[in-house]
Amino acid sequence: MTAPAIRTVGVCGAGGTMGAGIAITAARAGYRTICFDASAAGLERAARDTAGFFDNSVKRGKLTQEERDATLALLEPTADKAALAQCDLVLEAVYENLEVKQALFRELDGICPEHTIFASNTSTLSITEIASHCTRQDRVIGLHYCLPAQLMKLIEVSPGVNTSEATIATAWAWTEACGQRPVRTQDKPGFILNALLVPFNNDAIRAVEAGVADAAAIDAAIKKALGYKMGPLELVDLVGLDTQVRLCEAFYPVTLDPRAAAPPLLRRMVAAGHLGRKSGQGFYRYDGGRMFGG
Amino acid sequence: MRHAIIAFGESRSFPAGDDFLEGSYDEAAADVLVLLGQPRYHPDPARVAILIELGTECLGVHTGEASGQEGSNAIGFARYRNGDDPPSPLVELVRQPNTDPVALKTARALFEAAGLTVVECNDQAGRIIDRLVRPKYNAALRFLDEGLATAADMDLTCRMGLGYPDGPIERVVRGGLAAHHDITRALFETYGTAAYAPARRAVVSARRRDRNDGAQ
Repeated sequence: MTAPAIRTVGVCGAGGTMGAGIAITAARAGYRTICFDASAAGLERAARDTAGFFDNSVKRGKLTQEERDATLALLEPTADKAALAQCDLVLEAVYENLEVKQALFRELDGICPEHTIFASNTSTLSITEIASHCTRQDRVIGLHYCLPAQLMKLIEVSPGVNTSEATIATAWAWTEACGQRPVRTQDKPGFILNALLVPFNNDAIRAVEAGVADAAAIDAAIKKALGYKMGPLELVDLVGLDTQVRLCEAFYPVTLDPRAAAPPLLRRMVAAGHLGRKSGQGFYRYDGGRMFGG
Repeated sequence: MRHAIIAFGESRSFPAGDDFLEGSYDEAAADVLVLLGQPRYHPDPARVAILIELGTECLGVHTGEASGQEGSNAIGFARYRNGDDPPSPLVELVRQPNTDPVALKTARALFEAAGLTVVECNDQAGRIIDRLVRPKYNAALRFLDEGLATAADMDLTCRMGLGYPDGPIERVVRGGLAAHHDITRALFETYGTAAYAPARRAVVSARRRDRNDGAQ
């Protein structure tokens, strides 16, 4: 079932992990999905990973081979931004930087038809500020997916100050048509998820720095006491210590919440090249990587 | 290693009926003393270890401190428990700078033999769990007041987005907002930072409890 106003969807940044996952959710729900990325290599990698994901779905009996082929056929990779002119909804999952997202929406303003809704997958930035440089601020909304988008159902739906009720209703219905579970939040830094998670992870880093316990003890305690699947320091290693710093730098200047400020230990570890799983060392050491999906 | 359990009132870690309470030896013959409830601790170097159940207080409240040189055969512990939920399998063992390693090892072995998971931490307010989760619950309660999202949506977001078994609001409410107030107030007394100041809803709950108890 599709939402009446949306037939063709565009994803900007579709060569990245998040963008590719979002594209999968759209195509899986039967939407023609234009996958834009300036990087041809990124698009090729995403196409391979996406095919692999659907192959696994077939192996697990979640899709037939015919359904797999039909879904893949709905995904149209392109390095030509003009192709997004055909879209009723464009979701961006580009680099988490306000100026980058503002410039993208300003450019899309001149490419897409008037009715097209722009959605940002930002996890930390203000939807209102992202929308502020385009002429359709009433048709801009936050749709924040969780990683890995193709597996996680939750979407934080965040209207900006000027977002219309019609846009909210259309976007909401579309997420449901994709089989996702929307929750509504205000346009505040980190919405719900990161507003709770980023300071919590910082607190865990500060506990290590304060000598309360080592990382392994902290993670073990949190998992055993609270039933979390992953401890905060394991999670920071997974997302990347440099990413945690960037999140802090997006949050703290806006909120001035001391818990959101990057802990000194985090900055020292990043300076030392200890970025987490991707560098082989963070709060733990790693011998090999692990991929999501399937 | 023989242990004797000495109860000084109700224990949050090991309530009546808990399997751990079985198998206690006579105090005179015990190598290890386990002091439950609101323990009255007396040093006894002849024991291998003396385990002191902690509430919100530090181990040093019982043992005294000596400018970073403190430590003996006394070990603090608390089994994490959210309100009146059944106690979790987690035991936080609290050590001091010069805690006897044999005492620490003995304490760990005793709890692990009871099927519990043991982590060690230094003697700081809130240990690991309360130090980390209480500011998060405070933030969630503040977000609720500010209208960021409904309580149900905040909880759902944490369950679906992070895989938590429950969300922060439902958890802190289940554990008791007045109890959250008491814990955060104790943490705030030590740390003095806004993150530990009891959230408004916790203050309301504590005031209502106190009024109903006739304390005010």
